[in-house]
Amino acid sequence: MSKGVRPAIVELTSARTKEFIRETEAIFWVFGFPLILALALGFAFREKAPDRIPVGVVSGPEAPQRLAALQKSPVLAPRIVSEAEGRDALRHGRVSLLIDGGDAVIYRFDPTRPDSRTARQEADDALQTAAGRRNVIVAREEFVHEQGARYIDFLIPGLLGMNLMGTGMWGMGFTIANARMKKLLKRLVATPMRKSQYLIAQFLSRLIFLTLEVIVLVAFGWIVFGVRVNGSLTLLAVLCLVGGYAFSGLGLLTASRARTLEGVSGLMNLIMMPMWLCSGVFFSYERFPDKVKPLIRALPLTMLNDALRAVINDAAPLTRVAPQIALLAVWGLATFAIGLKIFRWQ
Amino acid sequence: MENAVISCRGLKKYYPDVKAVDGLDLSVAANECFGLLGPNGAGKTTTIEILEGLTIPDGGDVEILGMTWRSHERDLRERIGISLQETQLHEKLTVYETVRLFRSFYRAGPDPESVMHDLSLDEKRDSRVGKLSGGQKQRLAVACALVGDPDILFLDEPTTGLDPQSRLQLWEVVARFRKKGGTVLLTTHNMEEAERLCDHIAIVDHGHLIALGTPKELIAKLEAPNIIEFTSEPPLPPEAILALPACHGCSPHGNAWQLRVDSLAEAVPQLIDLVEKHGAKLVSLSTHAATLEDLFVSLTGRELRDV
Repeated sequence: MSKGVRPAIVELTSARTKEFIRETEAIFWVFGFPLILALALGFAFREKAPDRIPVGVVSGPEAPQRLAALQKSPVLAPRIVSEAEGRDALRHGRVSLLIDGGDAVIYRFDPTRPDSRTARQEADDALQTAAGRRNVIVAREEFVHEQGARYIDFLIPGLLGMNLMGTGMWGMGFTIANARMKKLLKRLVATPMRKSQYLIAQFLSRLIFLTLEVIVLVAFGWIVFGVRVNGSLTLLAVLCLVGGYAFSGLGLLTASRARTLEGVSGLMNLIMMPMWLCSGVFFSYERFPDKVKPLIRALPLTMLNDALRAVINDAAPLTRVAPQIALLAVWGLATFAIGLKIFRWQ
Repeated sequence: MENAVISCRGLKKYYPDVKAVDGLDLSVAANECFGLLGPNGAGKTTTIEILEGLTIPDGGDVEILGMTWRSHERDLRERIGISLQETQLHEKLTVYETVRLFRSFYRAGPDPESVMHDLSLDEKRDSRVGKLSGGQKQRLAVACALVGDPDILFLDEPTTGLDPQSRLQLWEVVARFRKKGGTVLLTTHNMEEAERLCDHIAIVDHGHLIALGTPKELIAKLEAPNIIEFTSEPPLPPEAILALPACHGCSPHGNAWQLRVDSLAEAVPQLIDLVEKHGAKLVSLSTHAATLEDLFVSLTGRELRDV
């Protein structure tokens, strides 16, 4: 080898890495964007005293007493409204419950809204107690604010998974499609370069940024929101590695034939969109119907998110996340193999 | 040919809408500069990319340095250097990083520094590729082709779109490469380039070889080394021009006529007589020695540039 020239795999990895570092916008999307998202969502769902539920009492002969009774509830925020005003407020969700002010007690509410049901229960308790009901059982309340059970604890692993997917897929897909469009791939295969080395170099370069990405996001969650990694850091690193690898493979496969950036962008979004929505990034996929859950669990992002949450929140050992690690490795292997097989070099 | 380093026989490449290459035989001897000349769409790029092993032909055989692409791809890749038509190298890398990257693909070759020096790129060593001028980019592309110390250099339209100075610089690079024993195959639609650089020229059109020889042989094929170009008011009918004893042929060139003639001394007076006889007036008259451009026009009836 002549002076200053390192082996091709090192040169290719370093070229790809420099190319990325020198692309300022890409840096923002990889590092800045997830942090901003975490910050915004973290503050939006931060811990605070639960809001009182607004309740309307329609003006009438009984309205003042009912208002007084309801005001004793720590959960409700009652006020007197006119009939028309009250119905309008209920329809638009400004009050969750409307109570008649006449002789009969009538609760008007939408039973599909959880806060309306809570309000009905609370209001009924308050009115019954005011009317002289005695509780037969005396219960004591204990409040739980356990670390690991907050929304932000749920969110940070999800964002980590989403970021691994986004940067893995875009990092591979965009670069490859771009190089193909500019005929750079064609120029490279006109040299003795080994094709597999090019693709491996893309992945190695991804690893460098993947490591940084993970460290930045995990540290951010820890410092700003106190989201601690309860499980093993090594296991977390292994998970991120396997996840990054699986999504790089998927990115390679997505970009293996596309001739234009528009083409590859469309495909990327088509593949990532269902995972953003279903794989439990922002909310648990337990809300989806049972029939589609097996499908959702087969998506690579779902596996990664489940495993990340298990390790970060529940301190799960390797044995519990081994199935996900194995399946993600299979995803990566299969997509790499197929992508390489059908790859269009020019 | 015995000492051919590049040869192909019966080369064919058909695309759904066009026969890009349609039965082409070529042979390039060691250490020569061979030019593929033709208008855009003549099949030059398809031909050179088949020879470079980048496009698989639908028919025909290719042999490079006595090897075929099917059996010796990696060996051949080590021994040839390629500059594609319009490759965009990594814009964010510097010149040095780019040359070094390409150097890493080859088992042997010169230092990146010395290749950059040979192509006058030392000053641009640490500039980003995206910031280079057209000429500098083209020199960098050639640097990447030379960095594996190849036996054969393939250049697809190396000077298209370059300013005259950059073009001269590249011509010098080609000359130096040949002095060291290298063989060059280039495509161009620039006649001057072909005449200056090439030992042999193949003129191709619609995927066919329409003429082959040294630049001198090709021009001699015109059987008329001089060209007269004239316009008259009103224009003369072509039959009358062709009837001139000194005229070997004529073709339209814009709104002028071009005549191929042996001797200007004979032909010019005949032409002036003809114009007067038709009661017309000569508007413009110029003459030049025949070039490859004129040969192409006489072979195809069309011009090289605007086909």
